[in-house]
Amino acid sequence: MTDLAAPALALAVGDIFATLELAPVTRTQLALYAGASGDHNPIHIDSDFAHAAGEKDVFAQGMFVMAALSRLLTANAPLTALRSFGTRFLAMTHLGDRLTLTATVAELFEAEGERRARLDLAVRDQAGEQKLAGAAVLALADRDL
Amino acid sequence: MIDRSFIGHVFDPFTVEVEKGRIRFFARTIGETNPVFTDEAAARAAGHASLPIPPTQLFCLEMEGPEPFLFFNRLGLDFARLLHGEQSFAYKRVACAGERLTFTQRVADIYDKKNGALEFVLRETAVEDEAGRRVADLKTTLVIRNG
Repeated sequence: MTDLAAPALALAVGDIFATLELAPVTRTQLALYAGASGDHNPIHIDSDFAHAAGEKDVFAQGMFVMAALSRLLTANAPLTALRSFGTRFLAMTHLGDRLTLTATVAELFEAEGERRARLDLAVRDQAGEQKLAGAAVLALADRDL
Repeated sequence: MIDRSFIGHVFDPFTVEVEKGRIRFFARTIGETNPVFTDEAAARAAGHASLPIPPTQLFCLEMEGPEPFLFFNRLGLDFARLLHGEQSFAYKRVACAGERLTFTQRVADIYDKKNGALEFVLRETAVEDEAGRRVADLKTTLVIRNG
C-alpha cells in the first residue's frame, strides 16, 4: 500500500492508491455488523425473513461493504485529510463472496486553498461483478505534491 | 406509493452520545486495523481528543436516536422491499468519543422510475457538535422495490 506520509511519494493520476482483498463474507460478520452498526434490518441477519422477502438468503449490508472500503482510506491517510467519501451500491454482496477493494487516483486538484486528490473506488467480487462504485477526496500535505 | 408531501419535511433533531465502546466494537467488526480507532494512546498521538469516529460510523450513529426507525416508519418504508442505493459523507471535522452530536434529517426528494416500480427517497442529514459547528453532511438514497 502507498503511504501518504512518505515524503518522497508523489501521487499521479492513474496510480493504484491502495487495494485490499477480503476473506469470504460470513453470516457471523453480518450479525456482528448489525449489532455494531445499530442497523437491525432483519433481511441481513435472519434467513427466514430473507426467504419471505423473496431472497435466496441473507445478504450483506451495503454499509458493511462501504465500511470495509473505508479501510483503504484510514490505512493510508490521516483521518483529518478525508474531505468526502461516497458510494453507489450496484449489486448485492452475498455470503461467501470474496471482495477486492481498489482505490485509484482519478484527479489531483486544488480547492479551498489546499491540494486534493480524488480517488475512484471500486469493490468487485470473485467473478468480477462490481458491487460498489465510489469516490473519496483527500487533502494532500505539501510534501505529497 | 410514498406520500410525496414528505418532500422537504424536516424531522425533529436528536442528539447521540458518542461512546468509546461503540467505536471499538464497530472498528473491530469492519476489520479496521488502524489503532487510532481502538487505542486511546494511538488516537491522542494522532492528534485526536479520544477515539475518532470511523468514516462511515456517522451513518450508524444516525440510528442511535431515541426512535431508531422513526424515519422509515413515518414514511412507511418496508424493510423487505428496501435497498440502500447511495451513501455519501462530506466531512468538516473529525468528531471523537465523548462528544454529543445532533442529527437533523430532511427528506430532500422522493421520486420514482419505471412507472413506479422503483421509488427513491433522498435523505440529507446535518451533523453538528455541541457548539453548533458542522461535523459532517450525510446523503442517503433509499430504493423501494414495488415491482
